[in-house]
Amino acid sequence: MTLTEPLISTQDVCLHYGDDVVLHDINFSVSEREIVTLLGPNGSGKSTFLRILIGALKPTGGQINHRNGLRIGYVPQRLSVDANMPMTVDRFLKLGKRSRKQTKEKWVEQVGVGNLLSSQVSHLSGGQLQRVMLTQALMADPHVLILDEATQGLDQPGEASFYRLIEQVRNEQGCAVVLVSHDLHVVMSASDRVICLNGHVCCEGAPTIVSAAPEYRALFGLGTEGALALYRHDHDHTHDHNHDGAQNRDANHKHDRDHDHKH
Amino acid sequence: MRLRPFSPTLLLIMLDDFMFRAFLAGCGLALAAGPLGCFVVWRRMAYFGDAISHAALLGVALSLGFSLSPFIGVLVVAVIVAYGIARLSGRLFAVDTLLGVAAHVSLALGLVAVSKLSGVRLDLSSYLFGDILAVTRGDIVIVWAGSLLTVALLIWRWVPLLTSTLNPDLAAASGHKVEREQMVLMMSLAVLVAVAIKLVGALLITAILIIPAAAARVFSKTPEQMAVIAIVIGVASVGSGLLLSLYADTPSGPSIVVAAGIYFILANAVMASRRQTV
Repeated sequence: MTLTEPLISTQDVCLHYGDDVVLHDINFSVSEREIVTLLGPNGSGKSTFLRILIGALKPTGGQINHRNGLRIGYVPQRLSVDANMPMTVDRFLKLGKRSRKQTKEKWVEQVGVGNLLSSQVSHLSGGQLQRVMLTQALMADPHVLILDEATQGLDQPGEASFYRLIEQVRNEQGCAVVLVSHDLHVVMSASDRVICLNGHVCCEGAPTIVSAAPEYRALFGLGTEGALALYRHDHDHTHDHNHDGAQNRDANHKHDRDHDHKH
Repeated sequence: MRLRPFSPTLLLIMLDDFMFRAFLAGCGLALAAGPLGCFVVWRRMAYFGDAISHAALLGVALSLGFSLSPFIGVLVVAVIVAYGIARLSGRLFAVDTLLGVAAHVSLALGLVAVSKLSGVRLDLSSYLFGDILAVTRGDIVIVWAGSLLTVALLIWRWVPLLTSTLNPDLAAASGHKVEREQMVLMMSLAVLVAVAIKLVGALLITAILIIPAAAARVFSKTPEQMAVIAIVIGVASVGSGLLLSLYADTPSGPSIVVAAGIYFILANAVMASRRQTV
């Protein structure tokens, strides 16, 4: 087990649905203990790319490699819990493979879902469901945690505490983390790399740790305690943005600042 | 057959040769229909069930044409249709419509083919609505063998099936092959259709799958509970339906489904009254 070998890597991955090119030329890798944040506007293919990473979707072209025996802890955006399927949180957690009772108890306590064990999964709030999903992912003792917009339903303090938990897990367990952020500018400050995706990799870099200056408090709210950071995009190209109607209207996607629009 | 109501002969009735055989066969069916029905409900596969069971009529026609036992003909067609649907369902859009077309066209084709092949006018109602009272000892063996096979298959793949039902991506990340689990379900459905066609008939197979499961939902907190309770309600429906057909002189297959329907209504009444008291 070489430390230098990435856990997951892709070369020139592309995905087409007929004539529709969703992803192209994606070269990506994640190594042990790395935290990588993926962000991009709606419809950019980030969730699709995540599905390729976890092996749920086969790319149309290119290669994807998993290290031998790789264990992935996947935290999906939602669970298609049919109202017809009864499922307690406890039973759901037991569905994962080979987790010993002590492992389960440890994570239940650390993530804080102990009081939810006998609740029905379909009755959980957004934040509660995310924590349950995280618990099941951690119970698999993963090499890499992959989270799909895990903080979408949470308010800023909730998001910050979730990120702090992830960072703690990375520090204690040594696993890598790939997370898709639902926000275009605000990311987990502990990210080692941020990748902006919109069909392909638009830019890549490190987040800017925001100072404790009061001007930024308004932006980040109280109680975030440095868990959030800004990411400055650095695009040398543009995309065809249709600004008609509600279709591409993403409130977070601002066209000022560093984006020069030429193509 | 006249009976004195509320008499100790109730027990004797069930031990009566043909009634007991019918009940035994029905229990075998309920054993498999319970858990499989739960998956049909959870995964919204009722249309798939219809497509396979209606196409089974073509299997009947085949078996008449080739002088095979109807069970073999139905099993072959059911497996082929199940396989075809499993392979295509990921790739096609508007699957519901296609399945509806396939189901009803194959049913009609089967009816036409049977009328042409049988020479004498064949009473098709036994294939459409079942003829559970005519089960032989051999039939019981087939029903139980098919059911036990189905149940064994479901138990073997239980966790992967549940996980891929909850979230196919989660299942893939855990290393399960989602398409393979879907194929397992479709094959189980094919076996159940072949087994059930003589008991409840092609038109009522989906009912016997989904109604006990839907009724069981009310009382369940986990998927396993729902599967077991669905079996219990299935057995109760078979028993009540057979008694109903005996007392009221109604056709037995539909009576079983009526009984299941009544249990479904009762279960929901219980749920509604629970909500009021809470």
